[in-house]
Amino acid sequence: MSRMRRWFRSYFLTELIRGLRITWAHLRKRKVTVQYPEEKTPQSPRFRGLHALRRYPNGEERCIACKLCEAVCPAAAITIEAGPRESDGTRRTTRYEIDMFKCIYCGFCEESCPVDSIVETRIFDYHFEKRGDNILTKEQLLAIGDRYEAMIAEDREKDAKYR
Amino acid sequence: MISIEVDGRKIEAEEGSMIIEVADANGITIPRFCYHKKLSIAANCRMCLVEVEGVKKPLPACATPISDGMVVKTQSDLAENGQKSVMEFLLINHPLDCPICDQGGECELQDLAMGYGRDVSRFCEGKRAVVDKDIGPLIETDMTRCIHCTRCVRFGREIAGIREIGATGRGEHMEITTFIEKSVDSEVSGNIIDLCPVGALTAKPSRYRARAWEMTQHDSVSPHDCIGANLHVHTHRNMVIRVVPKENEAVNEVWLADRDRYSYEAVTMPDNRNHRLLEPMMKVNGEWQATDWETALDRVASKLNMIVQTDGAEHIGAISSPSATTEEMYLLQKLIRGLGSNNIDHRIRISDYSMQDNESLFPELSIELSELEALDACLLVGSDLRKDQPLAALRVRKATRHGQIAIINARKVYNNFNVLHEIEATPADWLQQVAGVAKYLLDEAMSSEDVSADSLGYEGLDELLAEIKVDQSHINIAKMLQKAEHSGVVLGLAALEFSHAAALRMLCRAIAGLSGATFGIMTHGGNSAGAYLAGAIPHRGPGGADVEEGGQTAQQMLAEGKKAFILLKTEIGKETVNAEQAKAALQASEFVVALTSYTDDEAFEYADVILPIATFLESPGSYVNVNGHWQDFNACVNAPGQAKPAWKVLRVMGNLLELKNFDYVSAQDVMQEVKGRMGAVGDRIKARWQCPEGLPTDGHCPEPLNIYQVDCWTRRAKALQKSALAEGKEGLKRPKLSPFHNILGGV
Repeated sequence: MSRMRRWFRSYFLTELIRGLRITWAHLRKRKVTVQYPEEKTPQSPRFRGLHALRRYPNGEERCIACKLCEAVCPAAAITIEAGPRESDGTRRTTRYEIDMFKCIYCGFCEESCPVDSIVETRIFDYHFEKRGDNILTKEQLLAIGDRYEAMIAEDREKDAKYR
Repeated sequence: MISIEVDGRKIEAEEGSMIIEVADANGITIPRFCYHKKLSIAANCRMCLVEVEGVKKPLPACATPISDGMVVKTQSDLAENGQKSVMEFLLINHPLDCPICDQGGECELQDLAMGYGRDVSRFCEGKRAVVDKDIGPLIETDMTRCIHCTRCVRFGREIAGIREIGATGRGEHMEITTFIEKSVDSEVSGNIIDLCPVGALTAKPSRYRARAWEMTQHDSVSPHDCIGANLHVHTHRNMVIRVVPKENEAVNEVWLADRDRYSYEAVTMPDNRNHRLLEPMMKVNGEWQATDWETALDRVASKLNMIVQTDGAEHIGAISSPSATTEEMYLLQKLIRGLGSNNIDHRIRISDYSMQDNESLFPELSIELSELEALDACLLVGSDLRKDQPLAALRVRKATRHGQIAIINARKVYNNFNVLHEIEATPADWLQQVAGVAKYLLDEAMSSEDVSADSLGYEGLDELLAEIKVDQSHINIAKMLQKAEHSGVVLGLAALEFSHAAALRMLCRAIAGLSGATFGIMTHGGNSAGAYLAGAIPHRGPGGADVEEGGQTAQQMLAEGKKAFILLKTEIGKETVNAEQAKAALQASEFVVALTSYTDDEAFEYADVILPIATFLESPGSYVNVNGHWQDFNACVNAPGQAKPAWKVLRVMGNLLELKNFDYVSAQDVMQEVKGRMGAVGDRIKARWQCPEGLPTDGHCPEPLNIYQVDCWTRRAKALQKSALAEGKEGLKRPKLSPFHNILGGV
């Protein structure tokens, strides 16, 4: 009996037709592919991407060189050197570097920051062209912060009530 | 001994001790801020409240003496409620600026707030703010953080003996301040940084540079005076960030002098701002050129060989700083003696070397430093202890609580302790004044035992002192020494630098011997004792071994001039007593090789080859302090550029000069060899009496070195150089004590 059934199935290509039916059904379904970079997937305001150093609205850098982010960083990606700023003697970093190859985007630095200075933005698509470019300097980080301040502030605003 | 119970544990303890002392000794933790084991009890922070059975209120553990059968509970509800409430009060006015506070991470208040603080403050009134004081280049203040434990005030009053800081106002208006706007100028002022439990007083030179948790701690020894204070050197990324004391009751207790604490600035500074020499330098046709080690050392070896062959080894001289390590001095003398000369010395500030053969194996204090504070009577001759050996001055100051101090100086000095008898001599009659004391003691001894000076062991002393007039001031000092159970005579740096130092030393030995006092010498630099033991002296080899023909002393070499000089870690023109003569001798010399760490070394004026060497924090070695304690240490950071530890440089120089036994692998090998040469303690060379030939009245004292000019490192410590003491201000004029000062706790 089973031999008969197997003979019919292969002679009339029923398996092929069933397979093609699934194929055709999927061809007509709505596509889930996102046309990156024209399109992007939706992101949470908590997304942990590229780092930035923020400033206060009056232009003063927020970072006070407390070195908590450096201490908490599990990948030891952050390097800070500090000292009194020459102009007014306040506590500032003289060097603030993040090695983006070491960073594991855990977000601990942002969580440990007492002044919301180091943040992780929603930017995730960036690249380096030369060896050494992976180390973001203080100037670069501040520039990222300046450029995306609106987005950063909006994201913190949205998340504020859950903190 | 009585027995008490603390947290259910039966403890035997000395009657009269406080609960907190018993708890500390038995590893039971009681929180505290104002209590410090080296300071008097203030009991004003109230953090150490504990419950004592039978007492309704909690009691401060630091101010409650124990009694037999006392039952103490440090963790009961009553105690903990008390402690938590105190913490809440302390935090009312303490700012929440831990992220920008240098004390953050090592703050006693921060630590205890983790255990006793509430998570949310109930205080919603305004916090107080206090204006920060500018108290000089060494200490940064942030007075809003102050919790009024008064440890700094008590340190100044009780330990340093200089009341610069005090508390004004009461309650909310209380402020810790210098009474009038001034800097804190004490030579041990840095200790208040360690004492401050919060971040109100922090170190200015290392301000904001690193966090407590990221620094690595190394042990080292201070090279600036013969005390050999133990250091904890904190480094971060191959930079010395700061230096704090390492507790050692036998040496520095828990204190450090400011120059021990801040001289690290001469070692590592960002961007080489302290002018470190990074490569060997050679003078070619009158121009300085950077070169490599091989070329520089070849030049040194060939030049020295040439001078040995053409003129003889006695035309080479070596002068070391008294702050070089024992290993370096040993190798330097081995090199010089290997070439066939005994011309090696480290005593660059001593001009009278007569009777040096009769001195002991090394100049020593002969009592432990801790015994200094137990002296009932102490005669200081030519000693400005406060500036020469600041930590010894703190010990002597403790002795004044029960004992008496006398001073015979040829120069006015300002002490931080009370002096009972003071003879202010002139350099010309200094010997006569000391002789007066000796004469009284000799006459007493001769008349009471009816013997001659010869049989007392002081041959010729009676004739020498025949003309001396004894007055009441001499008798006072002599009687003070005689009466005391433990008495001591201590010679200071000025006595060693005096133009008739040998006669002065012998007279003082006689005074000590006749009055039953111990005799001690406080020496120059960090390692004079090590230099004697290592043989960096012309008249004796390592371990005091005899040498066939004594070499020339430093002053003789410089007066006579040599064909070649080897200089180790010393800038002679800034350190010796006769700078012009020294510089002229070095200028006239055919070949000078200087081992230094700095590009602004004065050797660039007269040297031919300059070799970059590591500083005291970058090289392993050992120092022998004035008690003869060997203290060895390792390098804390790497030397910058091509600089190498001096012992390695000297070893290679020995190899290139084809001298025997110069194959050491480590500095420890050298130390083992030096120790092996020491011989048995029993055969130590003892000092012998030799009668001075006369008591000349033409003595003079060279100008003493400033406290922050003693060696190449202190001279380059930026913060120290900005302080008032560096400018030559006395920093201390003892204020007239009020009649109530004893009641108020002043000593």
